[in-house]
Amino acid sequence: MTTVEVSHVSKRYGITAALDDVSIPFVDGEMFCLLGPSGSGKTTLLRAIAGFVIPDAGTIHIDGTRVDDVPVNQRDIGMVFQNYALFPHMTVRDNIAFGVEARGGSRADADRGVAEMLELVQLSGYEARKPAQLSGGQQQRVALARALVTRPKVLLLDEPLGALDRRLRQEMQVELRQIQRSMGITTIFVTHDQEEALTLSDRIAILDQGRIVQVGAPQDVYERPRNGFAAKFLGDANILEGKPKGMGVQLSDGTLIVAATPGASKVAVRPEKMTVVADATKLPGDLVNRLKGTVLQAVYSGNSVTYRVACPAAGPEPMLVFVQNSSGKLLAIGAPVTLAWAASQTVALQD
Amino acid sequence: MMIWWNMLGRGYIGLVLIFLYLPVAVMCLMAFNDSELYALPITWTGKWFVALAGNERLIRASTNSLWLALANTIIATILGTLAALGLARNDFPGKALLRGLLLPPIAVPWLILGTSMLVLVFWSGIGRGMHSLLLGHVALSLPYVIIVVSARLAGHGTQFEEAAATLGANAWYTFRRVTFPLIAPGVIAAALFAFAVSLDQFVISYFLASPGFQTLPVEIYTAIRKGFTPEINAIATILILVSSALFLGVARFYRFGGEQR
Repeated sequence: MTTVEVSHVSKRYGITAALDDVSIPFVDGEMFCLLGPSGSGKTTLLRAIAGFVIPDAGTIHIDGTRVDDVPVNQRDIGMVFQNYALFPHMTVRDNIAFGVEARGGSRADADRGVAEMLELVQLSGYEARKPAQLSGGQQQRVALARALVTRPKVLLLDEPLGALDRRLRQEMQVELRQIQRSMGITTIFVTHDQEEALTLSDRIAILDQGRIVQVGAPQDVYERPRNGFAAKFLGDANILEGKPKGMGVQLSDGTLIVAATPGASKVAVRPEKMTVVADATKLPGDLVNRLKGTVLQAVYSGNSVTYRVACPAAGPEPMLVFVQNSSGKLLAIGAPVTLAWAASQTVALQD
Repeated sequence: MMIWWNMLGRGYIGLVLIFLYLPVAVMCLMAFNDSELYALPITWTGKWFVALAGNERLIRASTNSLWLALANTIIATILGTLAALGLARNDFPGKALLRGLLLPPIAVPWLILGTSMLVLVFWSGIGRGMHSLLLGHVALSLPYVIIVVSARLAGHGTQFEEAAATLGANAWYTFRRVTFPLIAPGVIAAALFAFAVSLDQFVISYFLASPGFQTLPVEIYTAIRKGFTPEINAIATILILVSSALFLGVARFYRFGGEQR
């Protein structure tokens, strides 16, 4: 079942397309992440679902009802804004009660909703505070409580954790996920933070220049990126280009790189899927892909080491390799090395 | 070195304050002086206030001025606030031009505005009097109100109104519970401006007042031409006290210059 359905939605601002024929069916109860760089259209799409942006073409359905002509205040949505937009002149209680009271609910209804929501976000007892008297994390919780009190059909989050520091952000991620699961509410959130997208969502859509690049579960999108943009935007990737040959691509110097699927002129390999060794004779046989190179840089970060390796066969861009620090020894800068990885870890890209 | 600069700074502030308040203070003091000719030392008396109580012309002109200022404040504040909201929250062709047109009336000398308004009321047949004074004062106050309220509106953008919409609030409910409370300090400040513009106004009032409806500044001017009496000091003292109390009270209530939330 889908609660929100976006089909063939386009929106232009002057000559730039903010959204270009975007279609996504959002599944009931899922946590869906719109991921992309700034200007990718992710916020425009969220605001179109909210009703702040009127698409030039296409339709949006919420819970089976076409909402293209429905104003924002009748769409039955909940939204958490990037800077929370808590009403500064109202107390926490009045902020949360606002949605109930605006819909004509009684004072008793409002009070019951406020108490329930404050318990949900663990802020009971903060009713009389003003937003300015709360920390960033507390404001975030109040904004969430305010958006959820009317039990909307869909929850929209616009970079909800962007204003918090790293530690607090991780705590809030866990909490947000718990609340979302317990309420079973379809949630669409916008972020440019790839880690947040991977850890928080059931499904991810990667957007670039107003178009959907790829939609899928975090693991699908990470392990099998569709193109170079998806590979580079979600995580790090080494991209190798050549002529399609057999199961893989042939690089300019004739080296054959075997991929998991045939037919591509471009393949991607995640840095943590590669092995780097000084002595190629000790490599296991299943790592069929090999590249020779020299170590350009080694970044030591305790439990892991990041190497940049120049491989002339692969072009001017150095290869990136993440290695678990199991030996405690680093490869020397300038040392000749061999990179090796399995065909199954080599993703054929579409463009 | 720093000490000299500090002393210079303090001296400068002192001079500014003296220049601003000394004439007013002298006027208030002289309202209580027995001598008509500002003779010193002061012989305290309340006789000018007693005389004022019998001066119907001055009293009528004062009440006229206060009512006019009040009516002007209400009308100009409502219209100006609506205009500021319209300008801030909508896009329409000619908006930039409309915004630009607000400024010249502030810059045009009042003498010229007054003359042209006089020409207008004669040419259109509305005639002089309370109604044309009110029209003139509202026209004069509107740009101030719009500019002050617009500044306040620009300060917090549209995010709170958007949040209210997602929570199911319609336009009126949003205005009543979100927009208006947030811009209220700006609206009050604008209202004070409108009140002051009207109460102070001499030039335009002089052109638009009719023999049957005089405002206080016009009446004072007429009285001075006939011969100055300290009753004018008395009425000025009362007005200064009332309007200062009003302004200080409102300023204190809204904590101007400080945290406004």
